[in-house]
Amino acid sequence: MNGSHASTSTVVRCRVNGQQVEMLVPVRLTVAELLRDRLGLTGTKVSCQMQVCGVCTVLVDGNPVSSCATLACDLDGAEVLTVEGLAQGRDLHPVQEAFMAANALQCGYCTPGFIMMAVALLQAHPDAEAAEVREWMDGNLCRCTGYAPIETAVAVAASRMRGQT
Amino acid sequence: MTTVPRRDGWDKVTGRARYAIDMALPNMAHAAVVRSERAHAHIVSIDRAEAEAAPGVIAVVTADDLGHLGRRFGHIVCDHPILAVDKVRYYGEPVAAVVAETPQQAADAAELVWVDYDDLPALTDAASALASDVLIHEHSYVEPGQKFLDVAPAASADNAAHRSELAWGDIESALANAAAVVETTTTFPLVYGYAMETYNALADWQPGALHVISTAQHPLMVRKELARMFSLPLAAVRVEVPYIGGGYGSKSYTKLEPLAAAASWAAGRPVKVTTDVEGAMYTTRADGARVTVRTGFDAHGCICARDIDIRFDTGAYADNSPLVLTKSINRSFGPYRVPNLRVRGVAVYTNTSPASSYRGFGAPQAALAGELNMDMAADELGIDPVELRRRNLLAPGDTIIDGKRPLDADLAADLDAVAAALEEYAAARGASSSESSRTDAVANALEEHAAAPVPGILRGRAVAVSASDAGASPISTAQVRMHSDGSVTLLTSSTEMGQGSRTALAQIAARELCVPIDAVAVGQSDTRFTPFEWTTGASRTTTVVGLAVQAACADLWGTLRSWAAESAGISVEQVEVCDGLIHAGDGALAPAEVIRRWFGADAGEVVGVGVIRRAGATEMLPPFWEIGAVGVEVSVDTATGEVAVEHLVTVGDVGHAVNADLVKGQDLGAATQGLGIALWEEMVYDGEQLTNPNLVEYRVPRLRDTPRRITSVLAERGDGAGPYGAKGAGEGALNPVPAAVAAAVGRAIGIWPTELPLTPPRVWSLLQQAESQTRN
Repeated sequence: MNGSHASTSTVVRCRVNGQQVEMLVPVRLTVAELLRDRLGLTGTKVSCQMQVCGVCTVLVDGNPVSSCATLACDLDGAEVLTVEGLAQGRDLHPVQEAFMAANALQCGYCTPGFIMMAVALLQAHPDAEAAEVREWMDGNLCRCTGYAPIETAVAVAASRMRGQT
Repeated sequence: MTTVPRRDGWDKVTGRARYAIDMALPNMAHAAVVRSERAHAHIVSIDRAEAEAAPGVIAVVTADDLGHLGRRFGHIVCDHPILAVDKVRYYGEPVAAVVAETPQQAADAAELVWVDYDDLPALTDAASALASDVLIHEHSYVEPGQKFLDVAPAASADNAAHRSELAWGDIESALANAAAVVETTTTFPLVYGYAMETYNALADWQPGALHVISTAQHPLMVRKELARMFSLPLAAVRVEVPYIGGGYGSKSYTKLEPLAAAASWAAGRPVKVTTDVEGAMYTTRADGARVTVRTGFDAHGCICARDIDIRFDTGAYADNSPLVLTKSINRSFGPYRVPNLRVRGVAVYTNTSPASSYRGFGAPQAALAGELNMDMAADELGIDPVELRRRNLLAPGDTIIDGKRPLDADLAADLDAVAAALEEYAAARGASSSESSRTDAVANALEEHAAAPVPGILRGRAVAVSASDAGASPISTAQVRMHSDGSVTLLTSSTEMGQGSRTALAQIAARELCVPIDAVAVGQSDTRFTPFEWTTGASRTTTVVGLAVQAACADLWGTLRSWAAESAGISVEQVEVCDGLIHAGDGALAPAEVIRRWFGADAGEVVGVGVIRRAGATEMLPPFWEIGAVGVEVSVDTATGEVAVEHLVTVGDVGHAVNADLVKGQDLGAATQGLGIALWEEMVYDGEQLTNPNLVEYRVPRLRDTPRRITSVLAERGDGAGPYGAKGAGEGALNPVPAAVAAAVGRAIGIWPTELPLTPPRVWSLLQQAESQTRN
């Protein structure tokens, strides 16, 4: 790649959706660019480019991270999970199913970020109550739905994951 | 009709859904835009040598490099250069494009293009632009006789981009004889649609052909402009639009496509251009507006006249604003009996980013003044604001504007539903009903304060209504292809931007062809393969495209009948269709069987085409009136001026909900954007420069801003011209929301706010004013 000469590039080794990745990347490359432009994982979106909108949220070692504002070189040794890695084969993650069932999407552009944030929330706090859901999800923007169906989807997913369907 | 799940759900929850921003072509290069650092200036020189020498750079393109290509676009007024020609007219205007191997290299090199400017006076607000002798556009772009539908572009010697007027009766004498005249002037902010997928376009030019993949809501409109600019036949220009990451009108008409195409032409490679949020804010915003409404009432509270002035801040280029202005005029006086009317509108060029279509299309700007005026009048006349509206609302079948479709909605019933829901919630909360119906807002402010159930919290509620001549031009084509197993492929050029058109149109096709919804596949819009569509906007798709789908299905049944007749050796009159089966002499046949018999093989397909134009059900314009009927209850924290929405009520008066979940989704989403305009969203210019071109300082509604209670009502009276009596949704629930919030806040704090958004500092200042007025 032009412009990626040795002094400004570094090798990153990480796992993305369970697959080992080893790649020479420019130090300026963001995680979002690594995922979208180098690995073809375009499910992760970008929008505000300043950690405000949440559409680029992925999980790094289980924690939600804005991939537009994280450098790919900092992923060395990390485990990355994106929206493409959530489903088990044909079986969707309960959060994905809940977003479909609750009509919690319209244009869908914010959806992967919301889903990843909800997954992180429910992993950390399986018993999250409404206020906690609102607190966690407030960092993701949606311009289409008016949010109410998204709150419903997270609540539905939470109760399903607790086995209270 | 039963609600079915969205067709795009799986795509969108798994990350498979492809948007234009995800698309790539082999050997693709990337362009970065060099933007003007002046609001109004002559370009003296552009020094590109350093940029051209930067790593990875393929070409630096300026207006001078465009050769024989058309340099300007703009489907009403062709005033918008791809790249600035000789002068710049707003801060952020594209001056050059740098094409490089990677987006990063293009962005780096764009910093190395040096532009020398000779400054001109910057006219950054509409009032000063209209008064100034300095012309933002020195000459008219209008060819004699040129017209876009009913919009004849104004050829003017000042900074007006367009002027328009609507009048009837004798306004002067009606106002002179009125028992009371109430005047309201409001300021509607400059707002940005913030579709989360920012504008982007990927273009691949080759001799005699141009392929563009972009975020365009209206691919056929873009095709037409590109064909003209590149001197190509329409068929040689292919505009492909995959899923769109939010539109809201902001992606109507041509945006980045000419720039990407010109860059591809210059570089000889496929080129992709993507804006960041700052670039997107410079690309298109909504028209800001200052609107004055003077309403004369008789002694019984009936309107005798409305006199309205609308002034748009249209920014540096006209784009669609002339049409937005004419629609704003049509939507400004409300769905009321107005025996004497005068509306005068002007869209003004300013040295700010260009404005164009935005959800509501001129209605929210006008309704803010018109509906707030009704609330102010209610107080002055001592009439309940809901009652005042009831006395003046038009009835179903009444004329709103002469020569247009009569009102196809029961607004009084919608308003009653809103008022009842507001009352019910307030009563449940234990609020006294007098709280929002007092007649002298200012004098009662302190008493109201004292009566508030929570110290330091004031509450108010309000309703607002609107009717919009929606649906745009009823020109639509749909194609249905039934395959030899009876399944169906539906093709239209309607773009899917979240509204759920692929789902709703599939439902209509499934119902018309008596097949399960899962047997209908819907293609994405692609001008090479999908048939003509006017636009995807004006809430038109279910109604207008839905009618085209119905017509296509009827055409398909006609062909099946003739094929069945031919195969059975009988006349077509002897063939009957009943419950999805074809009776052709020898028993009932499924359509698949008719296809297979006619082809003599398990092969072939039957194609139906449906065309909608200004004829039949859609002869009269508009195709439907889109109704807005909303109510809000707000609380205001007197210590901070912060406004919270306690209750939001929307009525989706859609005639027939093809998919109730989708309609409710449109209503809540639209209303939420209305709340954003009312409470937070504003592009702030300080001198020449936009001060908040980012999502930190341009605040949009967040999850924790959602109303405490949401009541979403559907009114299905089968009174629309669309399939099964359907009418459109998508804008109606936004249009009256800013007005309703302003009125509710006014009722809470005892002083009418006339400038949006109602940010805490602005509301806090109003609270101080209210207090000092009460004290005096």
